[in-house]
Amino acid sequence: MLEIPCPFCGPRPEVEFRCGGEADIRRPADPDRCSDRAWTDYLWNRTNPKGVHRERWWHVHGCRRWFVVSRHTVSDTILAVSDSGQTAQPQETAADG
Amino acid sequence: MAEGPVRLPVGGRIDRKRRLAFRFDGRRLAGHPGDSLASALLANGIRLVARSFKYHRPRGIYAAGPEEPCALVELRRDEARVDPNCPAGEVELFDGLEARSQNRWPSLAWDVGALADRLKPLLPAGFYYKTFRWPAALWTRLYEPLIRRMAGVGRAPRLPDPDRYAHRHHHCDVLVVGAGAAGLVAAELLGRAGLSVLLVESRAQPGGWLADGGAGVRLDGDAAPHWLQAQLARLEALEGVRLLTRSTAFGLYDHGFVGVLERIADHLPLPAPGTPRERLWWVRAKAVLITTGCLERPLVFPDNDRPGVMLAGAAAHYLHHHGVLVGRRPVIFTNNDSVYGLALELARAGAAVTVVDVRPAPPARWERELCEAGVRMLCGRAVVGSEGRSGLHTVHILALDADPALSLPKPLAADALLVSGGLQPNAALFAQARGRLCFDEELGAWRPDEAPPRLWAAGGANGRLSLAAAVEDAARAARDVIRSLGGREPRLELPRVEEETFAQTPFWCSPLKGAAAARRAFVDLHNDVTVADIAVAIREGYRAIEHLKRYTTAGMGPDQGKIVQGNLQGLVARELGRAVQEVGTTTFRQPWTPVPFAALVGAHRGPLFEPLRTPPTHPWAEAHGALFEDVGPWRRARVFPRSGEDLEAALRREARAVRTACGVIDASTLGKIEVAGPDAAIFLDRIYTIAVSRLRVGRCRYGLMLRDDGMVLDDGVVARLEEHRFHLTTTTGGAARVLAWLEEWHQTEWPELRLWITSTTEQWATIALSGPRARELLARLAEGIDLDGAAFPHMSFREGRIAGVPARVFRISFTGELGFEINVEAGFGLHLWEALIEAGSDLGLTPYGTEAMHLLRAEKGYVIVGQETDGTVSPLDLGLEGLLAKNKGDFIGRRALALPALQSPERKQLVGLLPSEPGSVLEEGAQLVPSPEATPPAVSEGHVTSSYFSPNLERSFALALLARGRQRHGERLWATRLDGAPVPVEVVPPCFYDPEGQRLRM
Repeated sequence: MLEIPCPFCGPRPEVEFRCGGEADIRRPADPDRCSDRAWTDYLWNRTNPKGVHRERWWHVHGCRRWFVVSRHTVSDTILAVSDSGQTAQPQETAADG
Repeated sequence: MAEGPVRLPVGGRIDRKRRLAFRFDGRRLAGHPGDSLASALLANGIRLVARSFKYHRPRGIYAAGPEEPCALVELRRDEARVDPNCPAGEVELFDGLEARSQNRWPSLAWDVGALADRLKPLLPAGFYYKTFRWPAALWTRLYEPLIRRMAGVGRAPRLPDPDRYAHRHHHCDVLVVGAGAAGLVAAELLGRAGLSVLLVESRAQPGGWLADGGAGVRLDGDAAPHWLQAQLARLEALEGVRLLTRSTAFGLYDHGFVGVLERIADHLPLPAPGTPRERLWWVRAKAVLITTGCLERPLVFPDNDRPGVMLAGAAAHYLHHHGVLVGRRPVIFTNNDSVYGLALELARAGAAVTVVDVRPAPPARWERELCEAGVRMLCGRAVVGSEGRSGLHTVHILALDADPALSLPKPLAADALLVSGGLQPNAALFAQARGRLCFDEELGAWRPDEAPPRLWAAGGANGRLSLAAAVEDAARAARDVIRSLGGREPRLELPRVEEETFAQTPFWCSPLKGAAAARRAFVDLHNDVTVADIAVAIREGYRAIEHLKRYTTAGMGPDQGKIVQGNLQGLVARELGRAVQEVGTTTFRQPWTPVPFAALVGAHRGPLFEPLRTPPTHPWAEAHGALFEDVGPWRRARVFPRSGEDLEAALRREARAVRTACGVIDASTLGKIEVAGPDAAIFLDRIYTIAVSRLRVGRCRYGLMLRDDGMVLDDGVVARLEEHRFHLTTTTGGAARVLAWLEEWHQTEWPELRLWITSTTEQWATIALSGPRARELLARLAEGIDLDGAAFPHMSFREGRIAGVPARVFRISFTGELGFEINVEAGFGLHLWEALIEAGSDLGLTPYGTEAMHLLRAEKGYVIVGQETDGTVSPLDLGLEGLLAKNKGDFIGRRALALPALQSPERKQLVGLLPSEPGSVLEEGAQLVPSPEATPPAVSEGHVTSSYFSPNLERSFALALLARGRQRHGERLWATRLDGAPVPVEVVPPCFYDPEGQRLRM
């Protein structure tokens, strides 16, 4: 069970959280000018990297805040966390072996 | 000379003055406090204790710990307290203990299953895969029941476990696993550095190899047991160090998370009153140090499984702990130095000892002492066979440089054969936590290589096989841990260990030549996997170690092949001509030793399994004989039968009453959420399909929430309480999901919107009153609300007092009749309910449950999210286009509805069904097929989502999702039945009652 450092509450066991999948998926601002392909990309396609993955976590049994965790998908090492209020700008790219 | 194992007159940590009575297979026996079941059996001269898994071969006690592959027994305290598969060496003896052998019928000595041993050619590797292949029809009726009966060794108890099991969460700086020499030294260093340390030890006493005698090694000039006592006293004095015995770290998980099973009362007849039998510790440690020592590898040779064959380390354990000499004419067979101390001790205890060493000469250090003690040395030789059906009496020895064609093995009388195939670092926990192992050619064993963060291994577990090296390595690891945690290194002198060297030479299998080739040489003693099986699997093309494991089942028994590792890879490597490292290990998974389900479950069973939520009128419903059903986390009244009524009769009466007079239901379980703030309307416009911003204060509307893929997520009513304040209802099961949904979109997508979201489900009791006489009844109790239809129209709400308490009344309906949902503070819910029941007695007011609610809404064609929908149903499929606002801008799910797949005319759409036979009720989930002759695999055109008998229509009806359904009204189809021929149905519009909605607006 992971130990996740909630930016608001400190380190807490994984069972207090829910994972919300890949971070930095922006909902297209103008859906009507979005092609079917672009829309289904937004809905379904994810990078699923082997390596560092930026993903959203929700402290559901705690402060109920969403935030972003950078986790290595092979070692499960958590490299960084950030408040998701600022997820608008993706930071470092989330790929490498 | 007498034969077999015997209790010595002195020695061991047993209390010879006291006797403990116990039974094995019904036989009355006695042991002493300090005995294990295994040592007590040996002391009684018993060698045959088990039958093997596949061939039912006679087996004895092979080990002294959890690695035991043979002597697994069933412990029985009473009918409910039955523990199968207990390693006999791990069971501490208590007075009245009752043990039984397993996997034999009718008895241990006469076992019919042993016929399998004669059928050897019929039971090759991959037997199941090869045999039970066809015909497929026989699988469920014959093969599976047969395999299920044969499979497994022990049997699970049939009654609920009557004992208590506790859980504890623990945080510490360092968890040290294993209180042998390395663990004890490391714990002292860590404790002196001021760290909080939890030291766990599987056995009842700490000390590990030192407690097993330590082969005569001296520390600080003292005998091992004395040093051990002094070291324990030093640890006791350290405030931050806590030692848990009888506690096994069974699983290392991510980020320093470790499961530890503490066996509080397994060594007692019953737990002391008020105490748990076992306690599961969930430990989160900043660092974990593995000091689990070594396991001894067996040696592989023909007939290496007879009762009397045993690991040499186990013989040392039985000697030092229990004063048991495992044989009076023991032969020790080895490839390493670890056995020589034991050889001397056995000889000094009066045994006639022979050592067979595969190496050309014994270690020089021991030579003189061995000679003086009269130990016979046979070097450069190997054991290549044994005799003795239910107990070993002869071993066969062959010189390794002999020409197998010319020389015959020499027989040697022996009553015990003590084998040592070398020491294998016990790195299972290290590997579980994804630490990497490597095969050290010099060591001839697997050892830890690269450690993940927070994890260290030291001592024997880290491949340091001599005591001096292990102690030094433990200190090194402890200092690493202290540095990584930012602690200050203490000054500490390490114990001086009189130097002993340690050497071992890999030896995977004795020569299998001549007559010996026909005999079985077991690699996995539990699952009866032989060298020949491995060879067959390789011949059949299996190369990867994980495949070989599964095909041959090597390492898949209850012991999980703890001592199979090493020999298995060594043999495979030899067979394939590869390096052992290349062959690799199989994956080490949790748990290290079996953990009872009861311990994992702890207190979370029965009523404590899940919290139960009940609505405010629950006590009334219970008092009035309601039947209940669980809906999401809630227990709701399903129906209120009167005396003599069955469920169906009560349901019909309740449903009729709502249509003809009035009915009342507790709808408090509906989710309720308040959204407030200047941007609340903008936010809800994006969340709902309807135009919330156009709702006037005092009005409410029914709307849908979609996921962004266009599918229905939930439905409910939105009421505008004030300009910037909204009250939302959700489905009973969807309350938590919808709250989460709103919070997620607000926090992650539109954090700039100014609003607050609050769950108010528990704040309000909601009593829904509906039926043609609802207004008449409500008028008797309402104050300050004009109930006139024009003043209080459908889909609006008013505030006032009902039955004397403040209330918010919504004029909405889920039955299709004139309806009011009365919200009062939750604490007034029961009061309101009782006031309504009393006031409505002369109006035919009838309390109704969820069954009638479902029936009534289905008559109207109102969908239930989760019944008509399943996450793949869009509002277009439901015919709810009218709820999709056209001109308010974007909302979640809108764009996806334009995707070709969602616009497809082929999609399943909501329809009504009328069975041709009005009395026949369809099965919910039934498939709709075009012809009664359709047999599997028929193409399904749709399925039934809701189905009832309606007392109001006086016939059965159903709702269904049907491909192109809206164009197919009037068509005839067939609905499948699980137990009979499909029944004909007519497709109709999905509303069966008052389609114009006149009754809502009365």
